[in-house]
Amino acid sequence: MKLLYFAWLRQKIGLGEETVSPPESASTPTALVDWLRTRGDGYALAFSDISAIKVAINQEFASFDDPISDGDEVAFFPPVTGG
Amino acid sequence: MAIRVQRPIFDIGVELSDLTADNPRIGGLCCFTGLVRDMNNGDAVATLTLEHYPGMTHKQLAKIEAEANERWALEASLIIHRYGTMLPEEPIVLVAAASAHRHDAFAACQFMMDYLKTDAPFWKVEDTDQGARWVDSRDSDATAKARWRDRES
Repeated sequence: MKLLYFAWLRQKIGLGEETVSPPESASTPTALVDWLRTRGDGYALAFSDISAIKVAINQEFASFDDPISDGDEVAFFPPVTGG
Repeated sequence: MAIRVQRPIFDIGVELSDLTADNPRIGGLCCFTGLVRDMNNGDAVATLTLEHYPGMTHKQLAKIEAEANERWALEASLIIHRYGTMLPEEPIVLVAAASAHRHDAFAACQFMMDYLKTDAPFWKVEDTDQGARWVDSRDSDATAKARWRDRES
């Protein structure tokens, strides 16, 4: 599964992109985040408040309860501030 | 219809001339340009840097432009959004809509900008005299988008 992090999430985690093999139980972004938090202090800090974060699955806005599977591209980022 | 996501600065005049060239059916052209300000929340801003999600950005902007073209009778439309580091006074974004009469151009331009503010994956970080900081999103942007949901035009 390909994961992408943007803006302050990228800074806190220390990388913008990685390919991971999460456990099968990580079948939604919420469950994936629970697993990511165990991977280090940067992850724990970046994902400390999930209400401050948006998620996209395969480049479309998604919900934290949507299903995800191995081949998906999952991106986490703060609310957008373009324009 | 055209979408461009680019690092270099653009010339608004040239872009708008190109957009309306060779189309005498256009009677109204409306555009919005977002510029880098030299102050934000009381602090001087030296530079503004925009990061984006390349795979998703083009897709989201194309969706916004396509919906505007479905809702209004447009002869031409354009969204240009920059990323990278910019100085005060430089343009960040250009949204333009052209139609036979003014109403469709005005409405489509505002619609595209309101949707872009909440749906296009860009993030601003400003370099101020107090250090670098990520710009917070504004609740008013979601409200501006929401009001289009119940409107026909």
